Parts: sequence; structure tokens; C-alpha cells
Amino acid sequence: MARITMREAISQALMEEMDRDPAVFILGEEVGVWGGTYAVTKGFYDKYGAARVKDTPIAENAIIGAAIGAAMVGQRPVAELMTINFAFSAMDYIVNQAPKLHYMFGGQFKVPLVMRAVGGGGRQLGATHSQTPDAIFAHFPGLIVVSPGTPADAKGLLKSAIRSDNPVLFIEHATMYQTRGEVPEGEYLVPLEKSTVQRPGKDLTIVTYCKGLELSLKAAEELAKTGIEAEIVDLRTLRPLDMQPVLESFKKTNRAIVVEEGWKSYGVGAEVVSRMYESAFDYADAPILRVAQKEVPLPYNRALEQAALPQVADIVAAAQEVMK
Amino acid sequence: MAEIINMPKLGFDMAEGTLVRWVKNVGETINKGEVLAEIETDKATVEVESSFSGVVLQQLVDAGTSVPVNTPIAVVGVEGEQLPVASDQLPVASNQSSADTTTAQPDNRTTAQPDNRSTVQPDNRPTVQPNNRPTESASALTKASPLAKKVARERGVDLGSVVGTGPGGRIVRRDIEAILKGSQLPVASSQPETLPTANLQPTTLADESIPTTKLRQAIGRRLVESKTTIPHFYVTHEYKMDALMDMRKQVNAVLPDGEKLSVNDFVLKGVALALRQFPNLNAMLKGAEVIQFGQVNVGVAVTVPGGLMTVVVKDTDRKTLRQISGEVKAMAARARSGKVKPEDVDGSTFSTSNLGMYDVEDFIAIINPPEAAILAIGSAREVPVVSGGQIVPGWRMKATISVDHRISDGAEAAQFLQALAGFLENPVRLLV
Repeated sequence: MARITMREAISQALMEEMDRDPAVFILGEEVGVWGGTYAVTKGFYDKYGAARVKDTPIAENAIIGAAIGAAMVGQRPVAELMTINFAFSAMDYIVNQAPKLHYMFGGQFKVPLVMRAVGGGGRQLGATHSQTPDAIFAHFPGLIVVSPGTPADAKGLLKSAIRSDNPVLFIEHATMYQTRGEVPEGEYLVPLEKSTVQRPGKDLTIVTYCKGLELSLKAAEELAKTGIEAEIVDLRTLRPLDMQPVLESFKKTNRAIVVEEGWKSYGVGAEVVSRMYESAFDYADAPILRVAQKEVPLPYNRALEQAALPQVADIVAAAQEVMK
Repeated sequence: MAEIINMPKLGFDMAEGTLVRWVKNVGETINKGEVLAEIETDKATVEVESSFSGVVLQQLVDAGTSVPVNTPIAVVGVEGEQLPVASDQLPVASNQSSADTTTAQPDNRTTAQPDNRSTVQPDNRPTVQPNNRPTESASALTKASPLAKKVARERGVDLGSVVGTGPGGRIVRRDIEAILKGSQLPVASSQPETLPTANLQPTTLADESIPTTKLRQAIGRRLVESKTTIPHFYVTHEYKMDALMDMRKQVNAVLPDGEKLSVNDFVLKGVALALRQFPNLNAMLKGAEVIQFGQVNVGVAVTVPGGLMTVVVKDTDRKTLRQISGEVKAMAARARSGKVKPEDVDGSTFSTSNLGMYDVEDFIAIINPPEAAILAIGSAREVPVVSGGQIVPGWRMKATISVDHRISDGAEAAQFLQALAGFLENPVRLLV
């Protein structure tokens, strides 16, 4: 297996799907001539031309609105949001139009739309450009929300997202484009809506996704030195949420923490923990704890930003707490 | 078929019990083994478990009344079925059984009222009695993880007997597993030590009148009876404890915290083995006969709030030191938390009392009737002893046996204490 970066994996997925299906096209700010703010679509403009790699105005509602229209008439647009923070400008299209058109028009239209968005903090981009608002989007039925934690999943999930007839919000983490990982050779798909175990263990379940996976894997190594073997379940898709691997793991370990980068209040952890208690209350041997971002607008200052974001040490501490 | 539940007999000499509180009211379903009511005996407040599954059809005594043992107290059966107990068969319950108790009881705690019970149809009975409704049962307040509760339920472990090692004393799965493995948990000292405040001026000089508890009264009654009717005599023996202390150190080095053996655990085992050789001291007097018990069940006096209770290790002579230690710890914990089970305090054939933890050289105990004898055990102390004409340090422990002279004599008691020395001074004999 090749060891490639998250950026290369996403780029490969886009290129393979564009080669496979002429209905797939890309639109967004600076995706064409410039090659993408995070260089994911570097070279695409030269290869596929302006008709399939469209630079747009700096107007997110125009990007998503146009993409929805194209999807409704049979195209398979992949719209890029430079950061997920700009999605708020297109909120009506993202949560009120794309997920509901199929229902509102009695199935006459499908919206096979992928919205790639760059999320997450840690790059000193300030309070308005560093957010992890994944839970907001996962609140709406009809929108599939995916956020991969490894290059292999990023590639396989993005290809599945492009082939899905439903709108998919595909959230990539700004600090993970250089993350390397093993990626299978050749054509493969990772199914949407499936959580998976990324690290087996027996003592403690860590439920997480995206950046939280990277941090949790490091925390698990620390914990292993103290004799605690953590099992890490990667959600990968936040909606619809696949709890089965989570519950199977928890019924085995009876102790769990949930790690997310977003704020704790009303977050992914709140949803996951609540479902764990609903389905596996009798298996809890300790309260399930959440590790999440401090409840502040993310500071610009590097030290303060890092203090506000969840860190490996926070995960280790929470794990040790539930192991008492 | 409706079944009748009787006031259980929880001890040799239990004549009656007071129904303190109904846990299940009429109309509520109850499973076999679930707690039906709480009763108070001379020894303790204990929970009465239902011996049948069904619906509580009838409560035959009111909360607060005392009835003799084996008196029907409740009927459990299928909802709507005919009741087997007619009202004229109801027990005539006395308000306070003990005639000597002159303290006035509130009127509403008086006897069962036959007029109110003349109808036997369940639907004629008031179904909801707000004042009688039980408050949340004590076990529901025990802090335990959902998993611990589930495992305890599945494996029949009483959470009240478990000491939690989780945060804030929460019972977690490992605590239940420790019980199931027969190993035991540390008995948490329930009262944190508080430093005496340097208040030299007493806040009040007035006399205070403190009513005695039921337990205190019972202890008083039983021991007055014992000391005034049983001719006690006393024999003291000093034991060489060096080998035992050495062995205990070795054993405890390999036992986890919370399962370490006390000196008393060794003594209990030694006493039980010695009693096997002296059945006349493992006995009771009944009329003109001495009943020598087949089992050796050694009782252990435990300090509880407001008095003391004797918990009983059944078949002490046939149990290992770890089993004895574990059982005593669990029963003592239950006794201290007011959740003692009937079987914990029932069936003692010989009692012991140990004040060793208070640095006591020697003391004598009053016989726990109807038993033949009781052993009072002092501290194991490092003292100067003469060995080979030299004064050297050595571990010594004194124990005094109190014996009923109607059953036994000084020579037999002294020989028993010598036999005990054979075990305590060659402690390997306690292991095999």
C-alpha cells in the first residue's frame, strides 16, 4: 500500500471520479487557476478545463445554490467551501434546500451534491475562521455529514459521497492535509454511514472522529504505557450516526470517553453519550466523559489557541478519570 | 394459591419482632427474594424477604407493631384471589411486647384493628395509604454504577454488603467481582476522624437525657439475664504469638489491600478448631440436658452505632482463613451500615469479643446466652519475656474465657485454652 498524504488522497478521489463520470465537476473559490487554497485541486484546471473546474465569485450562497441546481438537473457537482466558517453565508441552501428538496418535491428531484468544506482550528486563523461547527450541520435530517480521520478513509468516503444521490457535507481538517497514511492501491470505496474501530483495545472505549482520531491514537499510546488498552471507534459519518461499533465496544469495556474538537455544549459528544446511555445504560461502570474545545471563541494567540483546543494530555486525563 | 409469610425467627431466643416498615404495600408485585418489610428484633433491624412471587394481597400487621415469631404478617398471591386468612384469625398484636417498656408509643402505632379488617375482599381495602408508603429503600440509595447493579442483580449479590472502591465510594464492577471471588473489600471507616476542637469551655453544664435505643435496651436485657442467671467463671491464658505474627506478615505480603488477614482471623480459626476438641464448650444448656452443637459457628462481636452485634461465621472450623476474613469483613460492614441479614446474626454457637485494636491487655466478657462460653481477646503486644534466662522481646496475647459453670468447669476451660495455644503457637496448623 502506498503511504500518501490526506491532500493526495482527496485529490486522487476527485480525479478518479471525474475520470469515471463526466457529470462530476468542481466549483468553488480559487479551485481552478490557483489550484485550491489547500492545493487539493492543483493541476485539475489544466487537465479538465474551465467547464469542469469552475472558479466562482466570493459568494458561498451562489456556489451552493448553483451546485444544487446543477445536481437537480443531473450533474454531480463537488462544491468547495474554502472554510466551513463560510458555510454560514450559504446556510439556507445547505440545511434548508439541499437536504429537503427530495422530500419537498415528492421524490421528483435528487440532489447528488458534495460540499467539501475545510474545518477545524489550530492554524491561528482567528475566532471566525477556526471553528468546528460539525454538530450544527449534523442536526438536520437529509444531510449526510462525513468527516474522515485517515487518508484511506478520506479517499474511499469521498468517492462514495460523489456517487451518493444525497447531499453530503464532507468536512476536511485544516491541519491534516499533510497527515500521511496507508492507502490501498487502485479503486476502492469506503461505505458512508459506517463507524469503525481504528485501534483495538479492551479497557476503555474512545469514540471520536477526524482530528480527534489523530489525538486519540497518540493518547492511546500514552495510556498503553500505563497498562490501559484503549479501543478507538472512529465515527467517520456524523449523520446518519452508526452506533453499532460504539455500543459493541462499550459493552466490552464498560468505560468510555468521547473526543471531539468542537465545543462540548450541544455537541457530537452529547449526542453519542446520550445514545450510549439510552442503549447500554446497564453496561456503564463509570460516567462517560467528553473531551472537547473550551467554551470560548477560539483565540488567535498560539498558546491560547492550543490551550482552548483539546490536546492529547486532556484525553489521557479523561481516560484516567473514567478508569478510576 | 395465596401464600402466607410469617414473622421469621432469627435467633435461638427471638420470641417476637417489630414490623418497622412495609417495603411493599398491598397491590404491589413482589418477586421471591425481594424485600417485603423491615423488622426489628432484639439484635438488629433486618429485611424480611418474600419467599414467594406474586402480588401483596394483605398486610396482616400494621407498621410499628410487635408480633410473636411465626405469626402470619402478610399474604402474597395472585391478584384478586380469595384470601386464606380470615379476619378472626388475625394475630392479636401487642403494641409493645415488652411489658417493661412503659414509654408511651404514639397512638397511631397501636395494634391491628380488627374492625377495619372484617372485610376480606382485597378491593374493599384501601389501596393507597400515603402515610404508609415506603420511602425510597436504602439499597436504592447505594451508589453503584449501572453495570455493578446489573451484575449484582444477575449474580444475587446484595449491594448493601459491598464497599465501593470507585470515585466517591461508588460500587463498580470490580467490587462485585471481588465479592464473587470470595475475596473481600476494605471496610471503609464510616466516620472520618475529626480533630477535637480546642474548646475548653463546655458549652453546657446541664444534664442531658438521652433515650436508649432498642438495641441498647436489648443488650441490657439480655446481659442482665446472662449475668444474673448464669454462674460465670473466668480463665485467662497468655499466648506466644511470635510465629503467628511472622506468618501473618508473610501471608499479608501476598494478599492485596483490603484482603489482608487480621490477627483475629487467625484466632477465630484456632478457636473453631479447638472447639472441635471441646464440644462441651460449643454447647447450650436446655433443662437438664446439655446440647452440644454439631456445627461450630463462631460469633464475632462487632461495634455498631448505638451498641454491638454478634455476626456469625458458619462452620468456622471448615473455612479457610481468607474465607473467614472475607465473611467477617462483609458482615461487619453490613452490621455497621444497618443492613445486616438475618443469617449474619443467627446461629452462633460460641462467641468471641476482640478489643485488640484498642491496645487492651486483658478483659472479660459476659456470656451471650444461651451459649456455654465466650472468649475475650486482648491485643497482641510486644513485651519483655524471659527466654533461656535472658529477657528478650516477644509477642504475647492474652485471652480470657468466660464459661457457664452449669455446663463446664475450670479444668476443661483451661484445657481448651491450652488446645487453642496448640494452634496459635504453631500457626501452620491453621492452614492444614
